[in-house]
Amino acid sequence: MKILERRVIMAFTPLKEKYRNKVAQITLGATADQGGTRTSTVTIGGEEALPFLHFEGTIANKPVVALEVWDIAPTEWNSCFDQYYGDVYNDTAAWAKKCVEEYGAEVICLRFKGADPDLGDKSPEDCVATLKAVLGAVGVPLIVLGCGKYEKDNALFPAIAEAGEGENLLLGVGEQENYKTLTAAALGYKHAIIAQSPIDINIAKQLNILIGEMNFDTSRIVMDPTIASLGYGIEYGYSIMQRARFGALTGDKAMANPMIGNVGFEAWRAKEANASQEDFPGWGDQETRGIMWEATTATALISAGLGIAVLRHPKTVALVKKSIDALMVPSAY
Amino acid sequence: MGLTGLQIFKLLPKTNCKECGVATCMAFAMALANSKASLDQCPYVSDEAKEQLDAAAAPPIKKVTLGAGDFVRTMGDETELFRHDKKFFNETVIAIMVDDTEDVAAKAESFDKKVYERVGLTFYTDALAIINASGDAGKFKAAVEAAMGKTNRVLVLCSEDADAMAAAVEAAADRKPLICSATAANFDKMVELAVSKGCPLSVKGANLEEAVELATKAAAAGAKEVVIDSGSRQVSQTVADLTQLRRQALKRTKGFGFPAMAVVTAEDPMDQVVEAVSYMSNYAGLIALKADDDALLLPLMAWRQNLYTDPQKPIAVEPGLKEIGDVTPDSPVYTTTNFSLTYYIVEGEVEASKVPSYILSVDTDGISVLTGFAAGKFTGDTIAAAIKETGLEEKVNHKNIVIPGGVAVISGKLEDASGWKAMVGPREASGIPKFVRENFAK
Repeated sequence: MKILERRVIMAFTPLKEKYRNKVAQITLGATADQGGTRTSTVTIGGEEALPFLHFEGTIANKPVVALEVWDIAPTEWNSCFDQYYGDVYNDTAAWAKKCVEEYGAEVICLRFKGADPDLGDKSPEDCVATLKAVLGAVGVPLIVLGCGKYEKDNALFPAIAEAGEGENLLLGVGEQENYKTLTAAALGYKHAIIAQSPIDINIAKQLNILIGEMNFDTSRIVMDPTIASLGYGIEYGYSIMQRARFGALTGDKAMANPMIGNVGFEAWRAKEANASQEDFPGWGDQETRGIMWEATTATALISAGLGIAVLRHPKTVALVKKSIDALMVPSAY
Repeated sequence: MGLTGLQIFKLLPKTNCKECGVATCMAFAMALANSKASLDQCPYVSDEAKEQLDAAAAPPIKKVTLGAGDFVRTMGDETELFRHDKKFFNETVIAIMVDDTEDVAAKAESFDKKVYERVGLTFYTDALAIINASGDAGKFKAAVEAAMGKTNRVLVLCSEDADAMAAAVEAAADRKPLICSATAANFDKMVELAVSKGCPLSVKGANLEEAVELATKAAAAGAKEVVIDSGSRQVSQTVADLTQLRRQALKRTKGFGFPAMAVVTAEDPMDQVVEAVSYMSNYAGLIALKADDDALLLPLMAWRQNLYTDPQKPIAVEPGLKEIGDVTPDSPVYTTTNFSLTYYIVEGEVEASKVPSYILSVDTDGISVLTGFAAGKFTGDTIAAAIKETGLEEKVNHKNIVIPGGVAVISGKLEDASGWKAMVGPREASGIPKFVRENFAK
């Protein structure tokens, strides 16, 4: 009689972490029956496991990509963008429309750069008019950012929040030194907000708590832990995101928020994205390199838990969306 | 890793002979547990105790060395799930795939020239993976020989046909190529080949479970260096498998203590790099991809560099006087710290300004401008000392130095200590081009 070969190897038991908490789920935008005028909304967050580890918990929503649109023509963007946006740089609404209809942006990130006192000092009324034009031109949800100068932003936020009432915007950014006006405006007109901290996990947590103390629903906060580009300190933001996400899942509710990153803004500041092939022959084609610098920055941070990647280049949008779709295919054991 | 001081103490002679240099065996045990001492320091430890201690001290993921001679790459030997907990050690090996039906000699020649320089560091594509796409043993061997003639970097030999592999390994054995790969179908022959030739071996399963089973069997059969390929060719399953391999290995689950590799399957070269970024972020010890364009590989290598930096240690550049462009005695002088991120951002902006300049990088132990200022390492005195030490005064015919706007308050001290005039520059390096236009325009 044949003796059965004894299996010496133990059966494989997958290691699955048990988490106690999940990331807050946030919907941006509102359709007509929800009181807004958007034709689509996006929902981010809600993860019950580390990024894309479907085998141990629900990854409720996929990360989304936004394209950045300015209210003035940018003078310092690389000239490789001219072929995509050159004809719409001076028409914010047309720019936004092109980003959605031709380039596949799921969200538009409208930055009121022109409100900067040094860059045109556009009035709140002008900004409101631009916001309304963009809302009329596209059906996707909007992220609306100020110019970054506190005094001006504080004049801007209430006007923007009011003009966007019902649209469920994502407004930003609130920082430790300047979050109250934004929070009050978002609270009054029911928008979500971005809380930005300077690559410091303790400040990130603290700011969420401070915003919560103003009776703002903290599950309506998107955290911006501040990122740097690939090659220029991306690993700091990457690790803070990993720590924040792991902290959130293991029970720290003050960090259990989706995260956003200004990927395009940072990546396209890097020398490697902009230097000509003429100056650096060993680095290959400039535009391809710039796109990959941006796509690599985005993909690396998405691996760490980034929920909204704000991008610039249309081709990066296509690359990153494709990558996210592949990562969202359920894995199992 | 593993044993506590008390557990180690029980295995020591307990004679308190002091010959190890420590007062008591207990103190020595504590030092061992904290990796502050080595067991070799104890002349009386028993072989049995040594074995137990060695086993406990063994890395949870075995170290695998690819290649021979001047160009060697290491996989495995990792201890962390998250880079912020300590650090990742052995950078992902990037292997560029070439089919044996292509002009392998030409491809290997261009591959061997792939050296990238950025931020003062040099990066290499590590390995050339030769695929037996022809299915022909002679062709495969010829391709491997052609590659050997053109590059001394690591070779990965990819064929599941044991006879084709035997012929190729015969030719390449002393280069210690990675044999890729043993499967359930060719297992005995491939393992025998790896064992007899002393080459590292990757095992590929139909799934993770089978791969782990094969790896365990290969190790039991004498294969000393084993790499696991879970066999998944779908992105999120590969990420899951790589994560399982790392987690289980760190928990010392039997069969999992091997480094892992991933194969990129996307068609489009740009998609390939994005896919590789996902694997690199999730513990892949080796990634094989076809893309080989410079503009695609540079970002991937930059991500590898960033991911594997020591999170506890700021990255510093060598302090001193740097020349940007063709400097003359009239060239402007900037100063900043030797924190690499700060330095290279400043360097990039100065370079972009197209005005040849000096940058005086002051030794702040690799910390940034404001931190360096707060810690007393970037002050009027330290900058003045650096001006003296670097012989700056003999190199330029002026005494103007641009300091970062964030530390404008040090101007007076600097001027007193050095006799130079401090020009307050922009707070952010991004303001340098404008500053140059306003101050140094020809």
